Order: sequence, then structure tokens, then C-alpha cells
Amino acid sequence: MGMFDGLAGFGVTFSTMFRKVVTEDYPRVKKVTAPRYHGRHQLNRHPDGLEKCVGCELCAWACPADAIYVEGGDNTDEERYSPGERYGAIYQINYLRCIGCGLCIEACPTRSLTMTNEYELADDDRQDLIYDKERLLAPLLPGMEQPPHPMRLGEDEQDYYVQGPEMARRPDVQDQVREEIPMTPGAVPGEAR
Amino acid sequence: MTQAPEKTDAEGPPIREGHVRLTIDDQVVDAPQGELIIRTCERLGIVVPRFCDHPLLDPAGACRQCLVEVEMGGRKMPKPQASCTMTVAQDMVVNTQMTSPVADKAQQGVMELLLINHPLDCPICDKGGECPLQNQAMSSGRAESRFVEEKRTFAKPLPISDEVLLDRERCVLCQRCTRFSRQIAGDQFIELLERGAHQQIGTEETAFGEGEDFQSYFSGNTIQICPVGALTSASYRFRSRPFDLVSTAGVAEHDSSGAAVRRDWRRGAVTRVLAGDDPEVNEEWIDDKTRFAFRYAQAAGRITRPLVRGDDGELHEASWTDALERAASLLVAARDGEVVSEAPSQTLSVRNGTSITEDSGDSADDEETEREPKRGVGVLPGGRLTVEDAYAYAKFARLALGTNDIDARARAHSGEELDFLAAHVAGTGLGVTYADLEEASTVLTVALEVEEEAPVVFLRLRKAARQGTAVHHLGQWSTPAVVKTGGHLVACAPGGEPAALDALPDALAEALTRPGAVVLVGERAAEVPGLYAAVSALAGRSGAKVAWIPRRAGERGAVDAGALPTLLPGGRPIDDVARAQLASTWGVTELPATPGRDAAAILRAAAAGELAGLVVGGVEIADLPDPVLAREALRAADVVVSLEQAHSEVTPYADVVLPVAPVVNKSGTFRNWEGRDRRFATTIDPSGGSSGRVGGTAAITLPDCRVLDTLAVEMDVDLFTQTPEVAAAELERLGVARPARPAPVRGPDHPDRPEGHHAALVVTEEEYLVATPAGLAEVDVVSVVEVDDEERAATTSDADGGLRLATWRQLLDGGSLLVDEPELAGTARPPKIRVSTATAQRLDLHEDDVATLAGPRGELHLEVELADLPVDVVWAPARVVEPGGAVTLAGLGLTHGGPVRVTGSHDGSQR
Repeated sequence: MGMFDGLAGFGVTFSTMFRKVVTEDYPRVKKVTAPRYHGRHQLNRHPDGLEKCVGCELCAWACPADAIYVEGGDNTDEERYSPGERYGAIYQINYLRCIGCGLCIEACPTRSLTMTNEYELADDDRQDLIYDKERLLAPLLPGMEQPPHPMRLGEDEQDYYVQGPEMARRPDVQDQVREEIPMTPGAVPGEAR
Repeated sequence: MTQAPEKTDAEGPPIREGHVRLTIDDQVVDAPQGELIIRTCERLGIVVPRFCDHPLLDPAGACRQCLVEVEMGGRKMPKPQASCTMTVAQDMVVNTQMTSPVADKAQQGVMELLLINHPLDCPICDKGGECPLQNQAMSSGRAESRFVEEKRTFAKPLPISDEVLLDRERCVLCQRCTRFSRQIAGDQFIELLERGAHQQIGTEETAFGEGEDFQSYFSGNTIQICPVGALTSASYRFRSRPFDLVSTAGVAEHDSSGAAVRRDWRRGAVTRVLAGDDPEVNEEWIDDKTRFAFRYAQAAGRITRPLVRGDDGELHEASWTDALERAASLLVAARDGEVVSEAPSQTLSVRNGTSITEDSGDSADDEETEREPKRGVGVLPGGRLTVEDAYAYAKFARLALGTNDIDARARAHSGEELDFLAAHVAGTGLGVTYADLEEASTVLTVALEVEEEAPVVFLRLRKAARQGTAVHHLGQWSTPAVVKTGGHLVACAPGGEPAALDALPDALAEALTRPGAVVLVGERAAEVPGLYAAVSALAGRSGAKVAWIPRRAGERGAVDAGALPTLLPGGRPIDDVARAQLASTWGVTELPATPGRDAAAILRAAAAGELAGLVVGGVEIADLPDPVLAREALRAADVVVSLEQAHSEVTPYADVVLPVAPVVNKSGTFRNWEGRDRRFATTIDPSGGSSGRVGGTAAITLPDCRVLDTLAVEMDVDLFTQTPEVAAAELERLGVARPARPAPVRGPDHPDRPEGHHAALVVTEEEYLVATPAGLAEVDVVSVVEVDDEERAATTSDADGGLRLATWRQLLDGGSLLVDEPELAGTARPPKIRVSTATAQRLDLHEDDVATLAGPRGELHLEVELADLPVDVVWAPARVVEPGGAVTLAGLGLTHGGPVRVTGSHDGSQR
């Protein structure tokens, strides 16, 4: 036991001071996730604002944690939420149960349900962790109109499915999507990064 | 196939007579001659894919999905054959897709063809998840589609009735729906139209733009048997997917058929009802009322908490303890004749006035100090109870209230009917069955319009008629049911049924003496004096079996459980022996000895101030033979305790309202018209597990027997009917004790007919005497219901033109369990007045014009339709839904066989 043993111990401390810290400065600095991180779900819209969800409940069926509850509804000409006959009248995801596995995303036949990178899914009230349709729906982008409204992009739902991917690939729409949708946690929609 | 195939089919056991020996997929099998190959395959556990094949429908060979390879006499048939149309033969060799690549390829080809025009909308299709096309496309289709061209499209969905939606894109033209409609229901409203690629299912309306809807009481079955999602129901549309529903077996609660149903539910609410499969009862079919009327359990009017009338005269929610205490103390006081009107409700001085107005605010416990004290409580349980609940009511009346004043018949009834029930129904167990109907040589229906009043029985009668049974109807006109069961009508004037039974055509009278003949009598026989006696006499004379078919699900159970004034549980009469036996079993010293009052007499006594209290179950006032008298009775009674699922017309009169469970929230037994016990378990248990509670739609309510048991405990009496299971066990222990020789059915002119029961037939003496054809002018009986001179003048004037009324209820007429079912209501048959051409000419009525049907208490405006009625007879439905609520002909003071006035209204535009 030499007299410098104590200093040697401090050596660890001093050397660590110049290393990169492993702790996060959360929540002041938000962690940027991997691009395909399984965060909060989002119910997407067609380019005119109609909902893509048809209320088929396949996501609820696929869910291994029984976290999703869906009830379908009947579109009418007066009150239309999605192209076609059916829309999701009630859509709830219970984040107390969700395990983020993403099977629901694979099940979705219309690409309505996708996942964002938002991971801040904590609350002090259990009830608030059941996200309903209003909280899950994608924000309205410019050119979109809050449903219910008639189909703007075609005569029937076929036109939507045929033209929809095309619309989504258009550069102006893509830019808007990057601008508007908070892919990074904490980012305010529309705020330049 | 784990069994080693037997190659040596020449040897082996001898072939039974009527059977053939063939080889299917290398297995040697014996099959009865005439069996379809597809059925033999099923018995071997080989599933051949199919769409059009249905065991209860005639073979069609429409979809070609069931192709198999067949070898006869060592030579292969040149093409694969449809196994659903080909019958087995000796030494046939069948190779299904399991062993034959040819059959497998053929099936894949057919599947590809069927899918060419089938849309890819499985995610939004109601059939998705339980779809034979979906499943079999996976099992016998190609993995990838080669079809890249545009699919044929149609406008969709196309409503072919208010309840049934047609999606022609999805249809694979299997013709199950058209075959069901033609063969089983007999309603030819849906057909195959067009040819070739344009072939489609449609109705007259879809083909020509106008015409009749798909109007049928059995249309829901086509939805259930559709193997794709081409036919869907408007009420279940997009409500749920099959994989998140819980299916529970149940029993039909809307009629006395006892049909097996399957209730699919989710989050505490039933989303749909499907027909169950019970070959002995309903086969695989139910009527649309059973199928589509289930939302009443979630209706806004449901009562879920006890209500007690407070000091302010209004009903307030109360705890079970308070409500039961209050009800018990009121009932005890009423039973013992103590003054109970210490409640601060105002004494109503003007009560017996001629104009009886609805006043929901007033309390029923008003004072009658000037008369001698009222005493006793009458019980009206209603006809929708399970056996267990009816038994609890019967026991409650005898033990807790010490009376035989109990009558479950909330409809026209008579003392003669009580005799008939005692002689032919109570405690007789399983009598005539559905199978008996099918095998009968001759069936005669009396006072029973089968399609309207017992639709499942109608389906069996139609099946029987198609197989050669002669089905005769004693009635007034060739109703759809008569036409669809072979068209044998024994026409008689309304009220003339007993005479007609005494003088049946010789051929029919002779046919009824042959073994297997059946007479079906409906509850409406009580409307015609002497008809029950005539039926009983006919049965005695001819030896034909008699079955009583009431409309409501609980009537037969109520008879056997003793919820009648002259019958104790198990068919026991009210004599000393039976009472002593029952008293010892029940552990009491004695039981009330005097025969009770029937429903009309109970109401009369209450209105006249003799009875102090009423316990009312699920009774709709409008259905009672005299609604005005019933309202008067409820108003006059000091104590009214109501056990109800939902707010009803009784609620405003009630002092205490105790909520009871609808049929989906309780277990129990319905005894159907056959006498068969149809036990069912709780569908949705709101108290147990989260599944029943989520969403808050299922309220926790208790069955009648439990409520009555606890109420009786408050009255210091033990009923021991805490649960339906306990009640059923006790009733079974009691057993049946019918008198060795049942008393004869005493008609109106029988010397022994007790005076009090004689007039109990329909409503008041007033209408009863009006009903006698010639005695219009001699009506001078003092009735408890005042009919003022004007009304009487209206009845007795010559303006009625000597017309007589025939009437019965239609299946869908706005009953209290049909609330919140707009689609179902849209499929109801439109109410119409029917007269013969000659009568119409005499009265100057024209088809489709609106005519006025007038009775002593009001009138009704309905369209006229011509039919083959006897001269001077008018038919109208007994209950009509009007914008202001249901109107019954009894409420208008009209009876079957009674006089009626019909005038053409000359402004035909009012409807």
C-alpha cells in the first residue's frame, strides 16, 4: 500500500473527466432516435385530409397486447371521413398496454397506421394514456381539409389508392411532411431544424 | 388419414340393405343410397370446399367448387364432377382434392374464376374473418392471381329491404339465398337476373327500378347462409369483426318457438343474433324478429336502479334496501287491508270521470275512505318470463301475498281458456313436437296465424306441406301463410270458428281421425267464446293431438309454473290434496283455497276498489284486453309495484319500480310451445369479469326470481328462488301432479260455467256483449268503464252496416322489445284493412285508398286491400304503430268477431 495509491484512485476520476459523458441531458436535450424507432402511432390521411383508416380492426386483431380498440362506422354522402364505405368511428390505443412491437403496422391494409419516433409516452393519469382518434390522427397539412367532407381526389376509393402513393411521392408534399410531422421528439411542427 | 386403406373391398362385412359400398380417397365406405358424395366425404372427415351446398336446401350445383374425380366401373368420368349433386353408387371410386391432382387443379381453377370479379375489400367486409370464400381461397386457391384486367363493378351497397343490403360485386352466384327464399320461406322476392357475365342477384326493384322489396319475415337467414359478404344486414353493418366477438348460445325470447340462437356480443352489448343449429327445434332458421330485435337491452328507457315514489310524488332512484323495504311494507299493508295512504299524495277526487286522461304525476296511493277497506294484492307477471321467474311469481303470490290472484296472460283471455289449459296443457310435458308436425298427415290450425304468431312453426309447417302434409287453416282469408303452406283454408266468419269446427268438411274431419293428425290452437281462441271447448271436443272426437301455441315466450312456462289463477305449479288444480301437498313441500301451513281472479277480473277489482294493490311485471298496458280499464285499475290501486326492464306505461303509476334483468343478463329456461325446456346460460354477466362491464353499457340487474325472493324476505317469507338454478331445481322436485281426469273445458253455455269467469273473456261486459252478433241494441250491463251515450250510439247505430271484424296481430307491430330497431321496423308488413271485393263495392271502398276503421273508443285510418274474406267481414291488424304510439283494436273497443264500422275517407291524400 503505497502513498500514491490514493492519487492513483483519483486518476480514474481525472481521466474520466475528459471522456465523453454517457449520461443524457434529458429532458433539456431530446434524444434523437433511430429513424425506424417504434414510437407513438399515427393515423395517416389521404392528401385531401380524408382518413386512411377503414376501421377494419386488423390492427386490433394483430395486437398481441390487446392494446387497440376499433369500431367501424358507415360513411354517408353527407358525412364522409374516408373514401369508400367504412371508416374507423372509434379508434383507441392504450399505451399502458402497447409493447411497441409494430405488428399492427404490418397488419394495416391501407397504410393508415404507422409509427412516429415520439417516445414520450408517460403520464400521471392512466386514463390519459388511452389515446383516442383525435390524438392519433396526423396533423392537417396545407391542402388538407378536416373531415367530414366529400372525396376531392376522385370518384371512388380506387382513385385514392391509385393516386395516393403518387401524391405522396410528389416533392412538395414530401417537403411538407418533413416540415409538419414531428418525427423528432420535442420538435415543434413547422419549426426549422 | 391414419387408417390403412382397405384394398380388399370385395370382402369385408356384408353391405346393409339400402346401402352401397364405394371408395373415397382410398377408404372403403358404406353409404345409404341416394346420399350425396359431399355428405359421405363429410362423414369420413374429408372437407370438400363448397359454396352453394347447404344440407337443408335442395342441391343446385351452382358454384362448381366441389369438383372431385369420379370413377365408375373402372373408367374415369371424362371431367371432374360436382360432388354436391352426384349421389353415391355401388363400386364408385371418388378421389377428392386430397388424392387427385386433377380434382385439386379443377378446384383451383373454379376458385380463380370466382375470384375474378370478387373485390378485394375483405378488410371492410362484414363477412371478413368468417367467410367461406376467404377460407377456401386460402385452402384451395392459387397463391397468386393471374387476373390483371379490370374487375366488373356494381353500385354498392344496394338495399333490397330496410334490413338487407346487397353487394353484387361480392356475389359468387351460389343461389343459396334464392333457394332459401323459394324453398324454405316461400317468399319469392329475390331472384337470379340477367345472363352471362352480367348475371346477378336482384329483386323486382333492382331489375325494373320499381316493385316490391325483399319483404320476408325470414330474410335474415339469407344473410347468415350467404357464403360471401354479398348479403349483409343494415343493423350489423360495420359494427364489429367476428374475431372480437364472444359467441354465447341462447334461446329466442320473442316468441314461443324456443329457437336456438347464437348471440355475438362485445363490450357488454349484443351486436348480432344468429340462428343456432338445433335440428329438433328450429333447424338452422329463425325469424327476423328474433334475429334483429336485441337493442332493447341498451335502450335509453332501461331502468337500472330501483325507483321509489317520494314525498313529492315523483319517482327517485333509491338503494335496493330502501326500495325493497318500501315495497314490502306497502304490499304487506295492502295485503292485510290496512290504510296505506299515509303517503302525502293528494286525494284525487275526480277519478271516475268518463274522460280518463294521462296524468303521470299523480300517485297511485290515494284514499278511498268512504268505501269499505280495500284488501289484497293482484299479480300480473306478464307473458315473457322464464319458467323460473314465473315460478317465483306464482310462489310469491301464494306465500307472500296469500292469494291466487295471479294471471300471466297479458292478452285476451277467458275462463274457458283456463279450463283448456288445465285439461290439455298444464303439466303435460313434451307433447306435439316440431318433428310431429313434419310427420303429421294432417295439421289444422285454429285461431293461429302461424307466420305472424309463430314464425318458426310456420317454417316447419311449410316444410311438412312440401313433403305432403295437408295443412289446413281455420281462418278468414288466404293469408300469405295459408298460400305458402299449401293453400287449404277453411273459411268461416269471425266468431263462427266453434261452429265451423263442429261442422268441418267431411274429408278434413276424416283426415283428423287418422293417426298423427295435429290440431294447433293459438292463444287467440280465447277471443271467441266456445272455441276452446270446440277444439277440446274435436280432439276428443277425432283423436287428433292438440298443441297450444301462444305468442309469447313465457306463456307455456307460466302455465306449468302456476302463474295462473286456477292452477298451481306442476299442473295442480286448486283442490285440497294438491294444496296440502304443496304446502308441506313449501313448508307452510296452508295455501289460499279460493280460485283467484283472472287478469281482467284483477283489473276490474282494482278499479272498483276491491283490491288494494297490484304487482305488475313485464306487461304492456296496450296489450291488455282493455287498456282503459287497466289504466283505471292502476290509478285506483293504493299500491303498485312494478318489476320492469324499462320505463313503461305502468311506471308513472308505480310506487316502487324494481329493475329486472333482460334475457341476455340472466340464465333460465323458456318452455316452448312443445313443452320442451330450453335452458340458457347468461349471455353477458355484467357483474363478473371486465368483459361485461367495459363501455358501461351493461347495467347490473337481477332476474325476477331473485328480486321477488328478496322482496319476500322483507315480507318475512322465504321463497328460496335466489337464483334461477335453485328455482328450477325446486320446481323439478315438485314434479307434475295433474288430476287423473281433467275437468272438461266448459264453453259459454256449459251449465257449470262459473258466473265470474263467464264474462272474463274480453275486456268489459260492454264489449263482450257487443261481440254477440245480434245483441247490439240490448247492451245494458253496468260496466266499470263508462262508455258514454255518444260512444254507445256509435256502436249500436245502423251505420256499421252489419260488418264484423276479424283481427290478429302481425309479427312486427312495435312491441316493447322492438325499440331502437328502425331497420327491422322497416321490414314490417304495412298494416292494411282487408275486405272482399263485394264488400268493398257495397261500402264504396277502393284498393289503396285510406279507409277509417271505427270502434266505440276511437278510429284508425288504414289503406284498403282486397282479399278473399267472407262477405261483410273486415280484417285489420290487432295492433298498429301510429306516430303517437301503438294503437290496439282492443283499445278502440273492437274485438275479433265483433261489429265494426268502416267508411271510405274521400280525401285519400291524408296518408
